[in-house]
This record gives sequence, C-alpha cells and structure tokens, in this order.
Amino acid sequence: MLPVAAFWTSLGLNYNTSVVLLGTILIGFTSGMLGVFLLLRRRALIGDAIAHATLPGVAIAFLWLALNNMEKSLPTLFLGAATSGGLGGATVLAFRHWLNIREDAALGIVLSVFFGAGIAFRKIVQEQSGNSSGLDSFIYGKAASIGSDDVWSAAIAGIIVVSMLLLFVKELKLLCFDAELAASQGFPVLLLDALLITMVVVVTMIGLQAVGTILIIALLVIPAASARFWTNQLSIMLAISSTFGAASCAAGTLLSASYDKLPSGATIVLTACSFFMISFVFGIKRGTLWRTLRVWQMRRDHDFLHVLRSIYELLEVRHALPDKVTGELRSTLAVTLQEVARQRGWHEAKVRQLAQRMAVSGLVVFDDEDRLQLTPRGILRALNSVRDHRLLELYMVEEAEADVSQADREADYLEHGLEPEHLAELAEKLDDSSASTPPPSPHDFDSSRDSAE
Amino acid sequence: MSSDATIPLSIRDLTVAYHRKPVLWNVSLEVPSGSLVGLVGPNGAGKSTLLKAVVGMVPRISGEVTVYGENYAANRRRVAYVPQRETVDWDFPATALDVVMMGTYGKLGWFRRAGTRQRQSATDALRKMEIEHLAHRQISQLSGGQQQRTFLARSLVQDADLYFMDEPFAAVDAATERAIITLLRELRRQGKTIIVVHHDLHSVPEYFDRLILLNLRLVASGPTSEVFTEANLQKTYGGKLTLLEEVGEAMRRRERGS
Repeated sequence: MLPVAAFWTSLGLNYNTSVVLLGTILIGFTSGMLGVFLLLRRRALIGDAIAHATLPGVAIAFLWLALNNMEKSLPTLFLGAATSGGLGGATVLAFRHWLNIREDAALGIVLSVFFGAGIAFRKIVQEQSGNSSGLDSFIYGKAASIGSDDVWSAAIAGIIVVSMLLLFVKELKLLCFDAELAASQGFPVLLLDALLITMVVVVTMIGLQAVGTILIIALLVIPAASARFWTNQLSIMLAISSTFGAASCAAGTLLSASYDKLPSGATIVLTACSFFMISFVFGIKRGTLWRTLRVWQMRRDHDFLHVLRSIYELLEVRHALPDKVTGELRSTLAVTLQEVARQRGWHEAKVRQLAQRMAVSGLVVFDDEDRLQLTPRGILRALNSVRDHRLLELYMVEEAEADVSQADREADYLEHGLEPEHLAELAEKLDDSSASTPPPSPHDFDSSRDSAE
Repeated sequence: MSSDATIPLSIRDLTVAYHRKPVLWNVSLEVPSGSLVGLVGPNGAGKSTLLKAVVGMVPRISGEVTVYGENYAANRRRVAYVPQRETVDWDFPATALDVVMMGTYGKLGWFRRAGTRQRQSATDALRKMEIEHLAHRQISQLSGGQQQRTFLARSLVQDADLYFMDEPFAAVDAATERAIITLLRELRRQGKTIIVVHHDLHSVPEYFDRLILLNLRLVASGPTSEVFTEANLQKTYGGKLTLLEEVGEAMRRRERGS
C-alpha cells in the first residue's frame, strides 16, 4: 500500500509505526513551509485561532457519526473541521472590519469561545457514544491513530499546499514584505491573504490527528521561527523550516511511540522546541552564540588598536616614530608595559593580558622585561588607527566644535564605526594632504588622558 | 470622464473616508505631464490618503480619478508607487537586490519568475542609486538612507511614467537627500511626472515646480511660483479646519448611535 512505509518496515521498523511516521513527516514538512509565510505576514495568531476553532466542527461530526452508528470517516471529520475553522477565521475578520474590535481581542474571543463550544460538545459526544477518546485524540494529538488512509490524505493535501506555495512564491513574498506595493501593482491582497488562510485550514485538518487542535500552531510557527536564525534568504528559510518541521515530527513520533503514555502532540512540540533552542544559540545568521563571539572579537580588536595607538603616541613624544617615507622603524626603541598602562589609564594587568594576545597575533614583540615593540604589521595597524583617530578628533574640534579634551574620548568611541567612505570624506573635509600619515594630535597627551574608559 | 490621455493625473470631486470618517473632501486637481510636484500639508491632512485613493488602496466615497485618461486599473503599469519606508518590515529575509526585483513583479504578472533581464534592470537601478555594492546585503543591515535608496531603485525598475512617492525625504542623510533630488530631476528631464509627499517647507521652492497644498480639502494646486504664498500657507497650516473635523466626528457619532 505505502511503498515508503514498506521500505522502512524492511529496515526493521514496525509497519504501523512506519505508516504513522510517514504521515507525521508529511504534515511537518507542509506546515513548516506554510509557517514561513504565516510568520512573515504576521498572521501566526490567526492560525492559532482557526486551529482552535476547528474543534466544535470535529465534535459535531463525531456526534453525527455516532448518532448514525457510522464508523470514523475522515471526509466527514474534515468537513466539520473546515467548516468551523473557516467560520472562526471569518468571525475574526468580521469583528475587525465591521465592529471595529481590535484584532487581538477578536482573536481572543474567537479562540476561546469556539474551543469552549468544542469542549461542551465533547461532553455530549461522550454521553452519546460512551467514550470520547476518539475526539480527545483530536484535541491533544494521537499520531498512533494515523492509518494509511490518513497518510494518503496528508500526502495529497501536502502536495497541494506545497505546490501552491511554490507556484505563488513570488506573489506571497511580495504580499508579506510590502502589501501596499502588491496592491498598487494590481495583485489582489485580500485574495492572497484568503489563500494563505485557506491553506492554514487545510494543514490544520491534516495535522489534527498528529498534534491536535491546541498544538498545531506550534508546527506552523516554531520551525519557521527556528529557520530564521540560520538564513537571510527566503528560499533557504523555506527549505530549512520544512526540514525542521519534518524532523520534529519524526523525532516526536518515535519518542511518543516508545513511551506509551506520551501524547504525540506534546512530544512533537517539545522536539520542535529543542530545534528552536539549538537554532537560537547556534544559528549562523542570528544565533546568540555567533553574535556574542562577534561582539567579543570586536571589543578585543578595539582594545588592540588602543594599545597600538598608545605605543605610537609614546614613540611620537620621544621622536622615535617610524620613517614617514619608508614606513620602517627608525629605531627599535621599545616602550614598557607600565608606560602604556599609564597612557591609557588602564590597569597593568589588563595591558599585560592584551600584550600577550597581541604578541600571539604578531602585532608586537613582548619580552620578559615587560617591554613592547611594534612589529612591521603592528606599525601599519598603528599608523592607520592613529590616522583615523586624529582625523576624527580634528573633525570633532573643527566641525562639531567639541572641547579639545573631550574630542579624544569621543573619537575613541566613534572611530570603530568608521567605514572607508567616511574616512575618505573626513580626509577630504579636513584637507588632509598627507595621504597615509597621521596629522599631529590637536591636544597633548598628559592633560587629556586621565581615566579613559 | 475626462479622457485626455496626455494628462498624467486628473482628480475630480474626490471624497475619501476611513471607517466612515471623511479624511478628504471634494478634491479636484490636474497634474500636467513632466512636472515635479510637491504634495504639502500638515500631519493628518490626508496626503498619503490622497495617493492611496488614487492607486485604489482606500475606497473612495465619491469622485473620479483618471490616470492618462483612463481609470487607474487600466493604466496601472504606467504608475510606480513608493510607500513610506516604515510601512514595511526591514527584518524581512531579503537582500537589497531582492527588494528591487519586486518592482518587476507587476509587469511579470502571475506565476512568471524574474529572470536575467529583471536581475539586470534591478542591478542597473541600484547603480543609479549608487548602492550597487550593497546589492547582496541583508536589508536590515542597510542604513535608513540606503533603505530609501533601495525603495527608489525598486520604483525605477517599474519603468513608470507617473511616480507617487510618500515622504522619500523623511529621516534620510544629506547625501541621500541630494541623490534623491538628483534622481527626481533626471526623471522629470525624461518627461516623467512625479508627485512627492513632502514635509520640509524650506526646500519646497527649490525642489518642486508645482505644488498641491492639502489640508483635508484642496487649498491650492498649481505652479510653485503662483501657489507658494503666505496666504495659502496660512490657509494650509494656520487655523485648523475645525468645521470639517467636527462634521466628520458628528457623522461618526451618529453612526455609533451615541
């Protein structure tokens, strides 16, 4: 019947589990992809309200089936879910449009009232049919109840939704980024929004059995939000999000299968959440780890430059600067750690630590007698840094009319944000003819530097 | 309906309401071809609303709008609309080039994908705005001025004849402001018509050859030299149009039944 499931069975997986796994993976993949657009269009909460609103429809369908002594029939349940879910979505829109009720309030009302009605119907179902476990699996999700029929309907719905998304990817992208441009170019914004919401209803319908009405929103939102940490490109975000969705569903299903009492809805959401946590720490584009590392590295670079500049300034006072023409060090004069510390107003321990790291980076030679000497690479960096700093200082004094004693510190702060075009502009503005050598400092060194930073 | 196909924009008796509160009363004006027009008025005067009503984004209660002699939908391809920069989410996963490419979507129509030609024209537009080197930068990492340049580049690829720009000069750096005004003049030289919502009265006479002064109703519309007068500005900015506002409020109250 299901070739993929048969293949997994041959790998030693129980056939029923294979079927369930296949079903949930399809659901996860589809909702992961749809979720990206829902998130970017900022419609995630409407998705949640619609999902909750499917419950009364499902319950009524159950009731109808029970009263007619019929077996569980998917089309009937889907019809019930789609009708009441659609009604819920329409109610939100109507509230906002005609009653001027704010969207968050409208969502809160629809979500709770529809779900409440569903819970009330559940009691009636229980009385009519003796038990409500079938219905309960739609509330909390029971992937184990997925049969091969469900897999087929999930596959069909999934293929339809995914191909619609890919077909309309250009239009949906425009809608999500700039609905006003879309409207002015003649794309029907309302219709595109309706398409998105319809797909949410479809995904909710096929996802109900696996994760349930309460948690289906997790499959729409969490994979998409996780994917955002890894990429700045929509196409890649779609691929990552659907992969995360499929993987969370697979892992969650297996987890739920190995611990009998765990509802699959819960395990799927929790595995999706672990993907989210991994993403927000390690995600290469927006993850916190890389961001922290970048900040740390930036601070270190700034500190390096400050030390280099201090050495340069100390040499300058002693007229022991590198030769302006050849850039070669005229003397091998070294400065001491203590001198640098005093110049910067930093603790010696801090300077020592930096000096050791800078020695490793090949910017200075740091010897046993606490003396620092610039390497050729260090000289180059120091020259550039001093030049940037002085240009900024001059700018602050001449153009921004800053106090001479303040200019140094403000330049300290600003110089790291300078981009090449700013520097070119500064040099031009200050009529700096010496292209690569720093201008003289507008202040002398002892008076201005008390306790910088 | 006026059917003069040489007139880029003609508005007759336009009235617009938000939630049934009128925000524009009886606006009638014509904009001749090849002019650079400033749309000026205080906050809440309905400047953005006027543009949106023309491009059909807000429903009109009454009045006629014609673009090159026909209704907007028929001549949509000849119009480029640049919304205010803050109306979009700059955290969106897209590069500057992606955003500029969106300007080609209208002409592409449904389903067709942007290809090499669209990419080429987007790159050209970025070059014109002097941000070609930022083509592959994530849009959240662009400065405000660079974002505005991206938006203008997007309107350039639309290759329109009539441009509507909602506050392109808002919160941009001096260099960007110069680049924008250079672009606008270049467009005018090519015979295009540009209508710009503008806030800074000082630069009005320098930037625009025509003006539309608006404050819920049309105060004046015409060549800057004739319209940009003390009396007109007084009418636009001075004494609030309390009567119009009160009528609007009253209509809302009556409708709510309180």
